[in-house]
Amino acid sequence: MERGNRSAALAIALALCVLAALPFAAAALGNPAMTTLATRILIYAIAAASLNLVLGYGGLVSFGHAAFFGIGGYTVGILFHHQRFNETLFGLMLGTDQFLITLPAAILVSGLFAAVIGALALRTAGVQFIMITLAFAQMLFFLFVALKRYGGDDGLIIRRRNSLLDFNMRDDTTFYFVTLVFVVLFFALIWRIVNSRFGLVLGGIRQSERRMAAIGISTYRYKLAAFIISGMGAGLAGALWANYARFVSPDMMHWTKSGELMVMVILGGAGTLLGPLFGSAALILLETVLAAYTERWQVFLGPILIVIILFFRGGLAGLVDLVRKRP
Amino acid sequence: MSAILDIRTVVKRFGGLIATDHLSLDVQPGELHALIGPNGAGKTTIINQLMGEIIPDSGEIIFGGQTMAGLKPAARVRKGLGRTFQITQLLPDYTALAHVALAVQAHAGHSFHFFGAARADRRLTEPAMALLERTGLAPRAGVKAASLSHGERKQLELAIALAGKPKLLLLDEPMAGLGQVETAQMVDLLNGLKGQIAMLLVEHDMDAVFALADRISVLVYGRCIASGSAAEIQANPDVKTAYLGEGDA
Repeated sequence: MERGNRSAALAIALALCVLAALPFAAAALGNPAMTTLATRILIYAIAAASLNLVLGYGGLVSFGHAAFFGIGGYTVGILFHHQRFNETLFGLMLGTDQFLITLPAAILVSGLFAAVIGALALRTAGVQFIMITLAFAQMLFFLFVALKRYGGDDGLIIRRRNSLLDFNMRDDTTFYFVTLVFVVLFFALIWRIVNSRFGLVLGGIRQSERRMAAIGISTYRYKLAAFIISGMGAGLAGALWANYARFVSPDMMHWTKSGELMVMVILGGAGTLLGPLFGSAALILLETVLAAYTERWQVFLGPILIVIILFFRGGLAGLVDLVRKRP
Repeated sequence: MSAILDIRTVVKRFGGLIATDHLSLDVQPGELHALIGPNGAGKTTIINQLMGEIIPDSGEIIFGGQTMAGLKPAARVRKGLGRTFQITQLLPDYTALAHVALAVQAHAGHSFHFFGAARADRRLTEPAMALLERTGLAPRAGVKAASLSHGERKQLELAIALAGKPKLLLLDEPMAGLGQVETAQMVDLLNGLKGQIAMLLVEHDMDAVFALADRISVLVYGRCIASGSAAEIQANPDVKTAYLGEGDA
């Protein structure tokens, strides 16, 4: 077990070194697009890690997590919009483009949505839960399609990234490092949570709710708390995405986006710390590489996903374990 | 009068089948009351009604002087009920120690602690380890439930239930599927608990029942047809025909 911990720590240290060196390598290779590609991977890793908390650790198959990703993004977009046109929001406050305000706001708002959706959806389980989370996400999707004030289905353009202290956020490398800091903090948070008393309960809920009840634990409140934390994480990712892309649209909430997040989690290894990062990297890289060859890249993506999921049941994280455990 | 558990004319129907038929039953403090009866007599159904997993159609269940109506299983456990499952319900990815630590945690207040490393928390692991020693599982503390033997799983079920310091233990066939040595161990274990914790024991192993029970009730088609000491039950002609198979049938 100690050896396992040490090699896990080594793997994390190695991953961090690679991620920290990446923009410099990109510059040296004269390929700055590598940095923006990596930024996308990191942002989706946060979203997938959020979903992994409920899906992988808690066994709650939420099929509507893109809703929180979108809500986080729109919070940034709407605050920017109001600041730009100097309009008050709900007649109360002006918008803002301060990263240190928009980001917590996005986390808070998506947490609120998660609280409401979770409180209702968690009264069901299994297939019903999947369908209800999907239905809520689609409701929000169509709400934002209809919301002409904020661009309807054309989305909302954010003309410049939020400002953060004296950093030059327009610079893609700077933004990459800002994103990386959030990734490290978020994954550290997830690690602490899944190993805490709360995390022990969450893992128990995945394995047998009946056993948890017989132990004396009412599961609903813990599932709801996990769902809210998870929604907040997806909101954080959405807020980062809005800044990265300088654009938000209802597509961020579309059910196919929820599906993508789910694929990342399962592909990377559900219920593992780094699985979502592997899954995000694999899916986005595959997409990029295949799309360079053909417009019909999804035809090739499908079989690749099937092979990985069929033959490596622990996902890519399981594959890493297999290699590591070789005597 | 001061029964710890008082089941009053409880009825439960599943469609046309009457699983619990105006059953009244009590367990006195410190008593081991065994419930026997042929397959399909409604023994597990009663346990599930006591736990709140199944809601009776009518009748009342009084535990520790309070009605259990409307209470969910987890709430009943926190009030002092402990149960073991006939078909073990464990968490396959968790070690034996983690199961018991989780049960200790459940009875130490809420679990909204997001940061401390639970698996290294001595306030949880020390009492959990003590319980594993008591149930004979200490050498297997670090083994995942999925890799435990059937007998060890049964022992673990008991250790988890004891972690809640229950006032009443509901034991649903704790000896089922155990070998001779394991059964003897379990009988010893339950004997050691006798007098301290009231127990309602559902069991098919008659030797174990006769060795352990202060009182035995016989359930047939959801009804209690006889109740008394081991000697009384063994001598009862109705019980012989209905259950022990020593009549003409």
